[in-house]
Amino acid sequence: MRDQSASEGRLIKIRRRDLNRSRPAVLGIAVAIAAFGALAQKPDDHLSKSTTVQEIEKYRAALGDGNPAELWEARGEDLWKQKRGPRNASLERCDLGLGAGVVKGAYTVLPKYFADSDKVEDLESRLVTCMVNLQGLTPEEAKKDPFGGPGKKVPMDALVAYITSESRGMKMNVAATHPKEKEAYELGREIFFFRGGPHDFGCVTCHGSDNLRIRLQDLPNLTKTADAQRAYGSWPAYRVSQGEVRSFQWRLNDCFRQQRFPELEFVSPASIALTMFLAKNANDGVFDAPSIKR
Amino acid sequence: MKNIHIVILGLAVTAAGCAGVTQDEQATHAKAVAIMKASFKEHGQAKLDRLEQDEVQKACSRYHGDTPVPKDVAAKLEQAQMAAIKYPADGKYMGDWKGGERIAQTGVGMQYTDDPKAPTGGNCYACHQLSKTELSYGTIGPSLYNFGKLRGFTPEMQKYAYGKVYNSEAFSACSNMPRFGAQGILTEKQIQDVVALLMDPESPVNK
Repeated sequence: MRDQSASEGRLIKIRRRDLNRSRPAVLGIAVAIAAFGALAQKPDDHLSKSTTVQEIEKYRAALGDGNPAELWEARGEDLWKQKRGPRNASLERCDLGLGAGVVKGAYTVLPKYFADSDKVEDLESRLVTCMVNLQGLTPEEAKKDPFGGPGKKVPMDALVAYITSESRGMKMNVAATHPKEKEAYELGREIFFFRGGPHDFGCVTCHGSDNLRIRLQDLPNLTKTADAQRAYGSWPAYRVSQGEVRSFQWRLNDCFRQQRFPELEFVSPASIALTMFLAKNANDGVFDAPSIKR
Repeated sequence: MKNIHIVILGLAVTAAGCAGVTQDEQATHAKAVAIMKASFKEHGQAKLDRLEQDEVQKACSRYHGDTPVPKDVAAKLEQAQMAAIKYPADGKYMGDWKGGERIAQTGVGMQYTDDPKAPTGGNCYACHQLSKTELSYGTIGPSLYNFGKLRGFTPEMQKYAYGKVYNSEAFSACSNMPRFGAQGILTEKQIQDVVALLMDPESPVNK
């Protein structure tokens, strides 16, 4: 099925007729099958993988066939080329790290120091910079509503979906050589291990050891290369349970919310430092996003 | 000349070593805290004071992975945290295990998206196995299945369980487990219900 608004050559494959209606039903059936099948089991120990977890993994693998994120990617490509803002300009001259207008592979080198803003920037921060410098938006306008929601389409997650899709299959290659890049990495590491809030949580609480899971959600050990590569290379993702494409800025924001911290500001220095820490730890991993998650 | 330089260098290194943190580490940590404060905003019940670390959080941010808590630091922390445990005035450690199961299943409370007036949960199943029939459990903490059955249904064990839920840091410095009583996450009654979930012979945990 060819989406009329998509750019030339981009074919949208929509495998499910009505995503909103069928999604909860598919999830419900999968969970019911898993629970029913596992009821006869004895309580397992941590070393064996329960039937429940295996069934959920099978469900996730089945989801990979037909990713709704393609709709965001198409919308993002349109927005990249669309003239917007007081300057009536597109984002096509935006430097994402590999030179003005180069989208292919750009996500693999981010976060990066940019001379024009004199700071280390991740993808979303860079998009804000370009919306301001090229399109004439104010920083507040560019940062407004970064995350989509029910009935609310926003430009940011579509642009992220498009730009990251142009790095799919390529290896993460964050340089972290500039002094500010090195500093961002060290600060990101401090923040990763920072324990606070009423629950004493830090990123490290869930992501600092091997083979943990929270309820049935596997937790990558982000201090270890293999897990970091796999995890960082899977964001952004279409989150089935939310019906939205979620970016890495969103993931950090939502982690801190659940850690009982106050709200992490969009493209804030701490968010970029943390992204630098995690992205560099994922170097040489194959980037495979936008992916699809529960 | 050379000897004086060596002595001064030695003193400087010792001074830093006594604090246990190098000057570089201190500077990086201070800068990280500064950018955090500039990167978060208050939202609902989550105010910026949640970024202020207490003694436990400050110390435990430094010990992780291949750098475990040194024994002397751990002993001091545990002692101080033990003193902070408030046991029930009437000496009753056990409540109702059905209430405990609800608390163990509930993960809401104290997030800025939560209603401050609604009861807070303990979210025990996020990290622990508890009853036999709940298959959706986490592995961040050890399994608590048959907790009372394995340890004996004694008043001493009830008191231990109460203290552990109230303030895990008193027993295991830099534990990943929240301090449910000491940090005001769960009420006394709620902790009594959780103790019942663990220690009541009739609780599904002990079946």
